[in-house]
Amino acid sequence: MIPVEIDTQAPPLATTVEPLLRISDLEVSFATANGLVQAVRGVSLTVYPGQTVAIVGESGSGKSTTAHAVIGLLPGTGKVTGGTIEFGGVDITQADAKDMVALRGKEIGLVPQDPMSNLNPVWKVGFQVKEALRANGVATGSAATARANELLAEAGLRDAARRAKQYPHQFSGGMLQRALIAIGLAARPQLLIADEPTSALDVTVQRTVLDHLQGLTRELGTAVLFITHDLGLAAERADHLVVMYRGKVVESGPAREILADPSHPYTRRLVASAPSLASRRIQSAKERGVRSSELLTHAGDDGPSRRDDIISVEHLTRVFRLPGGRPGATRELTAVDDVTFAIPRGTTTALVGESGSGKSTVAKIVLNLLEPTSGRVLIDGTDVSTLDRRRLFDFRRRVQPIFQNPYGSLDPMYSIYRTIEEPLRIHGVGDKRTREARVRELLDLVALPASTMRRFPNELSGGQRQRIAIARALALEPEMIVCDEAVSALDVLVQAQVLTLLNDLQTELGLTYLFITHDLAVVRQIADEVCVMQDGRIVEAATTDEVFDHPREEYTRELLDAIPGARLAMTPDRGDPEPTDAAVL
Amino acid sequence: MAWYIGRRLVQTIPVFLGATLLIYAMVFALPGDPVAALGGDRGLSPALVERIRESFNLDKPFLVQYLLYLKGVVTFDFGTTFSGRSVRDVIGEALPTTFMLAFMALVFEAVLGVAAGLVAGLRKGKAFDATVLIVSLFVIAVPTFVIGFVLQFTVGVKWGVLPPTVGSDVSVRTLLLPAMVLGAVSLAYVLRLTRTSVAENLTADYVRTATAKGLSRPRVVTVHVLRNSLIPVVTFLGADLGALMGGAIITEGIFNINGVGGTLYRAILQGQSSTVVSLTTVLVVIYIAANLLVDVLYAALDPRIRYA
Repeated sequence: MIPVEIDTQAPPLATTVEPLLRISDLEVSFATANGLVQAVRGVSLTVYPGQTVAIVGESGSGKSTTAHAVIGLLPGTGKVTGGTIEFGGVDITQADAKDMVALRGKEIGLVPQDPMSNLNPVWKVGFQVKEALRANGVATGSAATARANELLAEAGLRDAARRAKQYPHQFSGGMLQRALIAIGLAARPQLLIADEPTSALDVTVQRTVLDHLQGLTRELGTAVLFITHDLGLAAERADHLVVMYRGKVVESGPAREILADPSHPYTRRLVASAPSLASRRIQSAKERGVRSSELLTHAGDDGPSRRDDIISVEHLTRVFRLPGGRPGATRELTAVDDVTFAIPRGTTTALVGESGSGKSTVAKIVLNLLEPTSGRVLIDGTDVSTLDRRRLFDFRRRVQPIFQNPYGSLDPMYSIYRTIEEPLRIHGVGDKRTREARVRELLDLVALPASTMRRFPNELSGGQRQRIAIARALALEPEMIVCDEAVSALDVLVQAQVLTLLNDLQTELGLTYLFITHDLAVVRQIADEVCVMQDGRIVEAATTDEVFDHPREEYTRELLDAIPGARLAMTPDRGDPEPTDAAVL
Repeated sequence: MAWYIGRRLVQTIPVFLGATLLIYAMVFALPGDPVAALGGDRGLSPALVERIRESFNLDKPFLVQYLLYLKGVVTFDFGTTFSGRSVRDVIGEALPTTFMLAFMALVFEAVLGVAAGLVAGLRKGKAFDATVLIVSLFVIAVPTFVIGFVLQFTVGVKWGVLPPTVGSDVSVRTLLLPAMVLGAVSLAYVLRLTRTSVAENLTADYVRTATAKGLSRPRVVTVHVLRNSLIPVVTFLGADLGALMGGAIITEGIFNINGVGGTLYRAILQGQSSTVVSLTTVLVVIYIAANLLVDVLYAALDPRIRYA
């Protein structure tokens, strides 16, 4: 037990109060085949009782590693190699295993990143909450059962007593995260580490969960160390920001100060790239340079007068039959319900909605990977379902996908060359030499060096992989690309790069995009038209500006409000509108 | 759950029919005439051959023979051997011994394999792990009869710790050594499977969450690592019971055990179709039952598949 004699009621940032957590010059290293790799290099930060501090940075910046060092849960070969972590005035970097066990849960709680994988699938949720109570000596037996139900209810889980008897796989992501919050706060720790607690959740769920967490910790006077890659989110939730880059703290200070006046170049880039409400449609390099004046009329004013739709979708419905609990019993799930829209050639239409809204099913039907129950998809006026094998083969060439997860959509056994060359070979384009030249050209197009072609996906970063996926999709010179959450898995800076790339390619090659996403901030940057989906139906469809400035539906307004940083009032007077991002928080 | 078990039981019917038909056909297709072989070098009179053929239904077409056999099986009449003994008696004599042997081998490999695998998995890359991996690789590589003879000679004859042969004295004590030999290879597999599974689960997110809750290390390991790690091991053990029952022939030979393996071997040589088919069918049924048990256990260990 660590003796803690801090008045938790004291206001945060009062200079007389002792800090709850003080990290000084922390260094963490991982032993790898190539020797020690430093992940955290001299990080210092302080958290006062009741204060919320956010660590912001991209993946690999060492933010999670710093948090894990605090609770003594560094993965694998990770080790604290320098500096101190003082918790309640005691250095815990040298604490033995028993002291750490006493500290975890009781003094320092953790709400982990991915709710889906952080509860043991073979134990009931209630049991897993109870464990935290029993281990920290809060309650035992039936008292623990009752307390666990209370905690789950307090974390915002409806019908907690019944839900406690269920298994994790019967919960949705948002419900799981509430259960994890209940576990993290079970023994009323003084410090709660929230490691990207909602990045795996839909924006609307994200907001309610975070609101709840914020309310709870404020009420209980718990200090929060909030880890996130999202600057907008961090600024909205924390009093104090710590920006990390490559294992170092590059900037720290009050949240609003940093947003308004970032001093470090990295922070400045981060602020500029953060997608938010105020950001505008990305303009391609060409448009920026040559015809920036014409662009102003591009978006809304064209009107339906000379509309040339490459794809139109008419009354699309898809019903899935799900096996029921009893023999012969099936339930029907209407994933897509009477969806109609059309995409003008050379423009981008975004399909927006939360998970389960049916947007990915629409994407699969448009790609002709799934048959609709009723309705049809027309490409240049031809019904896709009537195509014979040969013409379907041609259709595949014209419409290409880019999928969400660049880690899953590239064959790990295929070299980059083989990945990009494969569609060319299948469609019998050119001979070996011309195909190789084409692969070079494509890599150049997505701004990767030609030497990349000899490498394998596991040697590339997420952003590089997504560029490969784009190059592969472009190989056959398609007219249309269906992007299913193509940038959702990427860090903000990489995301901004990929979006800019997609946009440049659109202008250069006259591509049409169907952009599936749950992230409205991204929509603002890339789309000309938006269809908002809810429960399989399109509830609102209009141009991007219309949807963002005058949302008609309550649901759309909810989605817009849920964008992290949306409620931040920022002065847009930061001067020079930078060309590539044009994003002003 | 009841619906799940019921469905699995119904599924055993086609498996049973297919297995018996296949085995019957294979025995039927065996080269050589079993009846002619009965007389040895002297040969039998044509009338006697005819009579034997008739009494064993060997004169009828294949499908009729099979259906007659099936009719017998339904009424628990498995027919008789050429020497006149009821096949049921033959099975009744051999099966319990083999079953006991296989069960002991299963317990041996499960307990020791999971225990050693758990420790190796928890200390991945350390001395114990490395030793256990090399030893298990050695056990997998060396043929069973080598291990059998070596253990029989050292433990049984030289040191005299355990009886070297079984013979008619079937007991837990006499079967101990054969069971260890029989289970040795599977023990190595169980150990490696458990080790890999434990090492993998140790890095799972939910294990980190469990630790972050403030649970002690022993509790994290038993409650959160072990149970999840046992899921693939249980699958292996269930399938292995069938293999142990049918594959005991070498071990039975070494330790002079009158079990299913030896009986089956002799019956195949003599072309005794009813004995071969009946014994094999019993093995198939045991195999199916073991798999059903695995599925039930599996559902108990992993709630995610319970209502599938």
